Amino acid sequence: MEKKLPTIEIIEKYCKGCHICVEFCPTKVLEMQGFVAAVKNLDACIKCMQCELRCPDFAIKVTA
Amino acid sequence: MAFDYDKYIRPGKLPHIWCPGCGHGIVMKGLIRAIDALGFEKNNTAIVSGIGCASRLPGYMDCCTLHTAHGRAAAFATGVKMAKPEMNVICVGGDGDGTAIGGNHFIHACRRNINITYIIMNNKIYGMTGGQFSPATPTGAKASTTPYGNPDPPFDIAKLAIGAGATFVARGTAYHATQIDKLIVEAIQHKGFSVVEILDDCPTTYGRRNKYKSVIEMMNELKDIAVPVKAAEKMTPEQLKGKVLTGVLYKEEKPEYTAEYAKVIERAKGAAK
Repeated sequence: MEKKLPTIEIIEKYCKGCHICVEFCPTKVLEMQGFVAAVKNLDACIKCMQCELRCPDFAIKVTA
Repeated sequence: MAFDYDKYIRPGKLPHIWCPGCGHGIVMKGLIRAIDALGFEKNNTAIVSGIGCASRLPGYMDCCTLHTAHGRAAAFATGVKMAKPEMNVICVGGDGDGTAIGGNHFIHACRRNINITYIIMNNKIYGMTGGQFSPATPTGAKASTTPYGNPDPPFDIAKLAIGAGATFVARGTAYHATQIDKLIVEAIQHKGFSVVEILDDCPTTYGRRNKYKSVIEMMNELKDIAVPVKAAEKMTPEQLKGKVLTGVLYKEEKPEYTAEYAKVIERAKGAAK
């Protein structure tokens, strides 16, 4: 069965580039592209939602 | 579905003013999730703050909000609660605002046991005014007013609240984001004065002066020092050195102030007849 992938929306206007989401993602789904966070490897996402919970800037929305 | 924070945020207010990596945003998200979980109406929820970085929070919230004088959040919140006891009143503020400038209001609100929830975001410094040391700044830490190290021992805010008579005291950290809303929900549901201290990070005015390489190092420190209350029971005093307890630290039932005051009003009415 094919794995259902979540969608990770990053609102670039809100992201201040603090690195929290990139650093604390347990499966390293996110990376920094310039000053903002971006999705690198969506396949690895385990939908733990920690990036969304820990983003201080309301910039990440994970829809599982 | 992703949680819809926008429902509780005033349109056009984001991005907020907090610095990159500041934990106040994480606490605000926890507060929004807690309000949503409790099903509070926006018109029946008052969020009161004083002055400071943390006290900017009500400006973003689409509820009844009050941004008051420095340290006076507890006093204004008491007024709101006395006038409208059915209203859900939540105070937010920082460590300097709550325990230094508003220290007196804070301890007396604890003593009265009025049904208010006070969320203290403890980032160990006065961030907004330029990094002066606060009563929560650790001994030896550098601040703009203690460039050679702080000689003062810090307040343990949770112990202060318990000592002053608060009937519900909990502590969390900005790193443990999933726990924040659970603690706030429990605090709001408690009948009486409840204090939730959230250990926070200030990368700009505290982190830079105290040789933290990044926000990540500050967050990792919060992760390392936090010990849940249950886990601490099995640990020796040596193992607990330098750690802080998290979770619900204290809970008791006592008469609540607005209910007691209503009885005074009834007695006065009876005496007047």
